[in-house]
Amino acid sequence: MHPAGSVILFTVASGLGFGMLTWLGLGLPDARGWVAFFNYALAFALAGGGLLASTFHLGNPQRFLKAFSQWRSSWLSREGCLAVACLLVMGVFALGAVFYDAAWQPLGYVGAALSVLTVFATSMIYAQLKTVPRWNHWSTPVLFLALSLGGGGLLAGQVGPAIGLLFLAGAMQLFAWLSGDGRFQERGTDIGTATGLGVRGIVRAFEPPHTGNNYLLKEMVHQVGRKHAVKLRMMAFALMIVAPLVLLMISSSVLMICLAVSCHALGTFAQRWLFFAEAEHVVGLYYGKR
Amino acid sequence: MTTLPTTTSAKKLGLVIDLDTCVGCHACVVSCKGWNTENYGAPLSDQDPYGSDPSGTFLNRVHSYEVQPETGPAQLIHFPKSCLHCEDAPCVTVCPTGASYKRAEDGIVLVNEDACIGCGLCAWACPYGAREMDQAAGVMKKCTLCVDRIYNENLPEEDRVPSCVRTCPSGARHFGDLGDETSEVSQLVASRGGMDLMPELGTKPVNKYLPPRPKDVPADLDILAPYLEPVSGTQKGFLGWLDKALEKL
Repeated sequence: MHPAGSVILFTVASGLGFGMLTWLGLGLPDARGWVAFFNYALAFALAGGGLLASTFHLGNPQRFLKAFSQWRSSWLSREGCLAVACLLVMGVFALGAVFYDAAWQPLGYVGAALSVLTVFATSMIYAQLKTVPRWNHWSTPVLFLALSLGGGGLLAGQVGPAIGLLFLAGAMQLFAWLSGDGRFQERGTDIGTATGLGVRGIVRAFEPPHTGNNYLLKEMVHQVGRKHAVKLRMMAFALMIVAPLVLLMISSSVLMICLAVSCHALGTFAQRWLFFAEAEHVVGLYYGKR
Repeated sequence: MTTLPTTTSAKKLGLVIDLDTCVGCHACVVSCKGWNTENYGAPLSDQDPYGSDPSGTFLNRVHSYEVQPETGPAQLIHFPKSCLHCEDAPCVTVCPTGASYKRAEDGIVLVNEDACIGCGLCAWACPYGAREMDQAAGVMKKCTLCVDRIYNENLPEEDRVPSCVRTCPSGARHFGDLGDETSEVSQLVASRGGMDLMPELGTKPVNKYLPPRPKDVPADLDILAPYLEPVSGTQKGFLGWLDKALEKL
């Protein structure tokens, strides 16, 4: 799949933002006044900024309001509804913490739950697609949630839980990579079933329908950069998981946490680029590609 | 709502494509582009059409595949591909705006372009590459089964079929109601063993493909061959001497 910059920025930033909002909603930390102000400003900037970035890849973003209408069937619509609901609830909760020195806790719990559900809905946009076997697996939502809550935990200064969640995210990431590599073949979809001609012999794409490029190839048969995938995986894993864990085990000072968060965010960008670039869509089979 | 129609209509309009007779001329591609660029919805735009890197939006494309059976020569099969108007269409349910929908009355899958935000998720959900985002209009384009022809009473009756079907010079494309077992297309599917593409993905395509018929075995065809066989295995006279001399070299 084509790793669109706007979608990578959206999933990474809003993942971290909603992860941080989850912790803030739970009252961890129970910040008040100016401290709360900066905490919430950062979380809202990440979550809201990510959502804004996601509109950049739309063909007709001016019609975005319609995207809140199909929550009964569409994960993308659900994500939009949940995100807005979460930002509204947490906005009111933040108001209490910043201006009234009060934690209206029931509201915080609702906001935390909505944050988790938003990230879950984001992950399900990808995990629901049978056409991309690598994504179409329970490990996708688990990984998204572990990364969101782990990274958000770092941002919220919750070092203990964050370490645990990063361990979980690391294990899940390794599992997702290793099990994902063979899933396309396991599903049994190949050029033979795609054309229905497999029973007759060995099928080979002889001539494509057009000599030039097209939307399908650009969007879904993205192959650039796959040759460096192993190196990028190592870099992503080192930055996203190993570096923050090592840094936090040395010390959990504010400076160390900042450094750990920066490493984690950078690694997550690389991880998310790979998430798209390595994902193979079945339509590539019609072009003799993966 | 972009949920699929709850009551599956008895009528399932679709295409039956005969891989045995398709000659790969791409006339259906040109005809489709011609009709659909000036009728339903936004035109099918081209990018850099006369430059070095041309590309554009098409609702129908013809691939060509080579099939090598275990024995015998390879076979070349031309393979037109457009929207299959699936009964369990994954492109419909993923749509966040309700732009993508399946008609309850005849099963045609359409895009309401006024509601499409151009997110591209339906194209991701389609296994067949049947949807293409128009780069100029920023909305999703797909085969409409020429919904503006098939019910159009301003057209002569023989033209009330999809443009690709009307155009096909080899009779490889058939249009009809696949929900009606007695229809011509249904009978064609039954008699020729019509097949689904990627049935394992559970999309239940309405469009069917008729597999190529087995090729004739050429060995029995040439009745003159026995008369052309060499009369004797070994040469005599000068040619026999030449053969032996050259053999020794």
